[in-house]
Amino acid sequence: MSKPATIFIDGRKIDAFEGEKLLWVALRNGIYIPNLCAIRGKEHPSGSCRLCYVQVEGCSEPVTSCTLSVTDSLSVQTRSPQVDRLVKSAFELLLSHHRLGCRDCAKRKSCELLKIAKERGLKMKLTRLALLDQEAEVDDSAETFVFDRSRCVLCGRCVWICREVIKVGALGFSRRGIKRVVTTFQDVSLAQSGCIECGLCVEACPSGALYFKEGKKPAAAGQCSCRGG
Amino acid sequence: MPSIHVKRGVFLPLLEGEEELIRKSVSGVLQEYEAAQENLIPILLQVQEMLGYLPGPAMEQIAAALKIPAVDVYGLATFYNQFRLHPPGKHQLKVCMGTACYMVGGRIALECFERRLGIKEGETTPGREFSLERVACVGCCTMAPVVVVDEQVEGKVTPTRVDGILLSFEKPAAPGAEAAGQKGEDAS
Repeated sequence: MSKPATIFIDGRKIDAFEGEKLLWVALRNGIYIPNLCAIRGKEHPSGSCRLCYVQVEGCSEPVTSCTLSVTDSLSVQTRSPQVDRLVKSAFELLLSHHRLGCRDCAKRKSCELLKIAKERGLKMKLTRLALLDQEAEVDDSAETFVFDRSRCVLCGRCVWICREVIKVGALGFSRRGIKRVVTTFQDVSLAQSGCIECGLCVEACPSGALYFKEGKKPAAAGQCSCRGG
Repeated sequence: MPSIHVKRGVFLPLLEGEEELIRKSVSGVLQEYEAAQENLIPILLQVQEMLGYLPGPAMEQIAAALKIPAVDVYGLATFYNQFRLHPPGKHQLKVCMGTACYMVGGRIALECFERRLGIKEGETTPGREFSLERVACVGCCTMAPVVVVDEQVEGKVTPTRVDGILLSFEKPAAPGAEAAGQKGEDAS
């Protein structure tokens, strides 16, 4: 890593390195910034979830911290009225594409949407938008886990893991715009897709889209490397 | 409540000897390009030009040559409307969804075709008899809603006219065509 840099997050002095992405520096220092699509080690952050906004001193508009490279004496605020407004809108847009019903969701204990809502005081319900009712089929063809597209927030973590870590490449994005989905080649079921059921995508999934079948959670669960611990 | 259909892709089986043709065509195209990911779009375009669509085996062969997951090729092919994943039918039905046609019921005409043929927009009937697509504007908005049947433009297409268009294909060579169509259906 390059030159050391001293930065200020919410007035706190923090040591980092130039060129690092601000989001990871903040998370490493125990400052939580909401994020879903950020993947540690991914060279070009997709910056698609629009949740990790911060206010940078000297910038009129908030910036996404996953794409912001650290420079010396950078000073940012994790909250501001502008940031909160953007995050609130982005969060509601994500929810409009995510089937709620947390009570029956297998991931309710580890759900990152719930975590973000709690952290930022956001409601887990739609106030301005209508729910996009997805008539998606639930793929339970895999032996150990289930893929429920109606709860997918398209963060791309599973796709990245499958491709870059496991080097299988069974999962990928397809289609465009409102029809965008995470799917397999020619939309075949997971069992036919060449998936090796390593289960890392299930652990990477921040929502209830991918979850282990009851009693099928591997005992020695692999460490998910996309979040860097 | 707005809804999105995330339907699992239904792909028609290949015809006899088609696989051989696909392999040969794709190999030919691949030879012209360096096996680099940035050549994916030109390769797909040229393969589609030769075969009329992008069959699954072709996408897999291209993916293997470029050393990328096949789902990436599929993702790209579904991203751009230019790419077809279903073979063109013997008769091609293009329903206009330009502003004028849309306003006077282009959507209804499209849904009628979908119901009658039992396929969705962009797909082909099992016997490869009809393929159904939507197009942006064919340039004769006064006749809206417009459907282009093969090369012929049909104006003011009401649901009754949809039936008429489909019936007109059944009539001329009734016994032979029907038998052929049935055979195709049985085979699939």
